[in-house]
Amino acid sequence: MDSPVLAIEHFSAGFGETQVLKDITLSVLPNRVTALMGPSGCGKTTLIRCINRMHELTPGATTSGRILLHGEDIYARNPILVRKKIGMVFQRPNPFPTMSIYNNVVAGYILNGIALKRQEKDRIVEDSLRKAALWDEVRDRLHKKGTFLSGGQQQRLCIARALAMNPDIMLMDEPTSALDPKATAYIEQLICDLKKNVTIILVTHNIAQAARVSDYTAFLYLGELIEFGTTEKMFTVPQDKRTEEYLSGKFG
Amino acid sequence: MLQAPTLSEKKRSINDMNGTGVLLRIFKDYLFQTAVIVGSITVFVPLLLILGYIVRNGIAAVDWQFLTGPPRPIGEPGGGIANAIIGSAMLIVIASIIAVPIGIATGIYLSENRSSRAAVIVRMCIDILQGIPSIVVGIIAYAWIVVSSGTFSALSGGVALAFIMLPVIIRATEETMNMIPDTIREASLALGVSYTRTVLKVLVPAGVSGILTGILLSIARIAGETAPLLFTSFGNPYMSTDIFKPVDSLPHIIFNYAISPYPEWHTKAWGAALVLIVFVLGLNISAKILTRRWTVRF
Repeated sequence: MDSPVLAIEHFSAGFGETQVLKDITLSVLPNRVTALMGPSGCGKTTLIRCINRMHELTPGATTSGRILLHGEDIYARNPILVRKKIGMVFQRPNPFPTMSIYNNVVAGYILNGIALKRQEKDRIVEDSLRKAALWDEVRDRLHKKGTFLSGGQQQRLCIARALAMNPDIMLMDEPTSALDPKATAYIEQLICDLKKNVTIILVTHNIAQAARVSDYTAFLYLGELIEFGTTEKMFTVPQDKRTEEYLSGKFG
Repeated sequence: MLQAPTLSEKKRSINDMNGTGVLLRIFKDYLFQTAVIVGSITVFVPLLLILGYIVRNGIAAVDWQFLTGPPRPIGEPGGGIANAIIGSAMLIVIASIIAVPIGIATGIYLSENRSSRAAVIVRMCIDILQGIPSIVVGIIAYAWIVVSSGTFSALSGGVALAFIMLPVIIRATEETMNMIPDTIREASLALGVSYTRTVLKVLVPAGVSGILTGILLSIARIAGETAPLLFTSFGNPYMSTDIFKPVDSLPHIIFNYAISPYPEWHTKAWGAALVLIVFVLGLNISAKILTRRWTVRF
């Protein structure tokens, strides 16, 4: 059994007086897809935003407990360093509107002021776009603006941008919720292919998506972690009644 | 609760459509449309008349020497307004150097801290600043700089104009930055980019067209300001490029020539007015083109 990349220990978070997450404990294994599943408002997005410390950017945000990356508490480190190690893909594709496709991929280096040699940049761009299954579609127009791509292509560009930083973990916050079914299928296939390179934590409210792409599933309900285990087990023999009801479509 | 209309109500409303009520409404509609068109024409026609009048009177005065030569004493033919053009340029540059960085910084602050107490106070101060009559701004610059340095100067005029530029730039920057979606900011922060770099390298470039437009419009706004210059840059019949000495400016030279008793100076005043108007118009048109060409698609 691999040792976990990320361990969340007794973690709680909220906004001001409102408690959104209550005492979450779970660990994420390397090169697996872990899905955070649950109805709207269950805290899954908040949890994923705590993992790269984006949650605290909202005024009034509170956290307690520990999140360990390779055994080191990320809340004891500078958030900027944490975010370089933990990439994120958002609900809506958000390529930088002023940058070309090429520059979008290496944006993490450009914006952080990391100087790279031309060949080095070319290599990272091609490598990341290939991993994101976008290379063949954009190889001839790398210097066009990223915003001219279709929604699904933009989302893959955002995935390439996150991959370019060579993160330990990639967080995906409902990455297909703004895409059509065809683009969704493409991204899901991509997630399955990507896990040999990177550990993925995927937020989804789509039960079928969790079943299709994830190895482990965590079911969150009203800010609590109800159940966590292998996806196969959870979808065949759920331990908790609420999980069973959610999976069978009784609520959510 | 809304109730479905009964059958008799429906009948009544159908009858209404053929009654006088409908004719009256159509007439009101027509009246309103006419009023809107008349209003637009009353704005448009005087503008054309003003422009036409200035061009007709001023075009005779404008030639190469008028634009490049210094003024000559009365009685001597020729002479130009080069000193005023240079002076105005100096005033605009000085004002911009002061107002652009402060204005952009304040605009970014207001947009980034939308509902903080400090932002509310700053916004109120900007509204008040915008409402201060320009002659009062001139008096302040006089009291602060002219009195303490002991001389009228281009610098004091530039400072006065900077106060007038500031609110325009701040508002333009703030509004532009507010238009940039939060998702772009999050994309940058999630890549481990610091807040400072996110603002400077992602948000400001995304809003550059709006910010530049604001700067151009603020320059157009101050180019014709006369009152704050009366006792700051003061005017100067000679060519001067020293920022610590008085300089002439286009509005100033128009004023001086227009109130003079000499017909040939009146023509020069019209000429200077034409130059000023063309400059301001050019800035406005550039601002429009800039907005159209450079606006970032999100």
